[in-house]
Amino acid sequence: MKQITIQTTEEDHKIAKLTAFAIGLHLVESAFPSPLPGVKPGIANIVTLYVLYRYGIKTAAWVSLLRVFASSLLLGQFLSPSFLLSLGGACLSLIILSFANKLPQKYFSAISLSILAALAHIAGQLIIVRLWLIPHASMAYFIPIFALAALFFGFVNGLITSRLLNKD
Amino acid sequence: MLKHTFKSFNHFPKPLLGDWIIIVVSMLLIIWLFKSLWVSEDATRLRIRLGNQVYGEYSLKQNKALTIQGKVGTTLIEIQQGKVRFKQSPCNNQYCVHQGWLHHAGQAAICLPNQISLELIGEKTQFDTLNY
Repeated sequence: MKQITIQTTEEDHKIAKLTAFAIGLHLVESAFPSPLPGVKPGIANIVTLYVLYRYGIKTAAWVSLLRVFASSLLLGQFLSPSFLLSLGGACLSLIILSFANKLPQKYFSAISLSILAALAHIAGQLIIVRLWLIPHASMAYFIPIFALAALFFGFVNGLITSRLLNKD
Repeated sequence: MLKHTFKSFNHFPKPLLGDWIIIVVSMLLIIWLFKSLWVSEDATRLRIRLGNQVYGEYSLKQNKALTIQGKVGTTLIEIQQGKVRFKQSPCNNQYCVHQGWLHHAGQAAICLPNQISLELIGEKTQFDTLNY
């Protein structure tokens, strides 16, 4: 019998560990009810930001996207609308982060990046909603509420991330 | 233990200058979003129905008091520079009077006992209701 082993690197293990953290937070969060569908704290993004600061954008992208795929499998939402919303948000959020990452760290802390990522996240989701789920302008009414929630939770997550980064 | 936990909250980093800029700019963006997406158009005209027919149409850009004889009595309607209300009604429950001033396009007030309704009309017609 031939045994197949997949060669894994230290990098892979690191990504797997960090993704596991993110998945855990994602699952905890999904257990809580939300006042309005789409308004969620997004605490898994704390891990994405932390990884971005510690290991760079490439690792952060791996962790973020793997988290979206794995969490959706665990929650039974793979390829469902909520999975695609999650994926769209994560993609736009990563694109924005890759640019925001170049901002001078003397003036812009994790709080800035967190707020920008949260706003990009909701923007990505709304684009998918508009293009695919509800091809009608009626969603426009909710945009300010989503944006306000993104600013608030983005700020809180950013605060937690900088606290974690300062600790070690 | 608890004291230590509370103490550690003091170590939260303060937002930097750029962070404040991002917060203020996002705040302004959100205010702008609220202003541009949550507007409702002011009405320009008023349509009054009595029973099953249109009683008349009036401009809202005036001060005017109307007296209409309905099914159960006399209703007083007051138009005042862009807004309108049921001022007095002979009905029992006075729902129409308690609606107060109406000024957005698409708003309506109805007095069922006296069979009188006010409908505010803007530049473009609004939907009565939307379903998905």
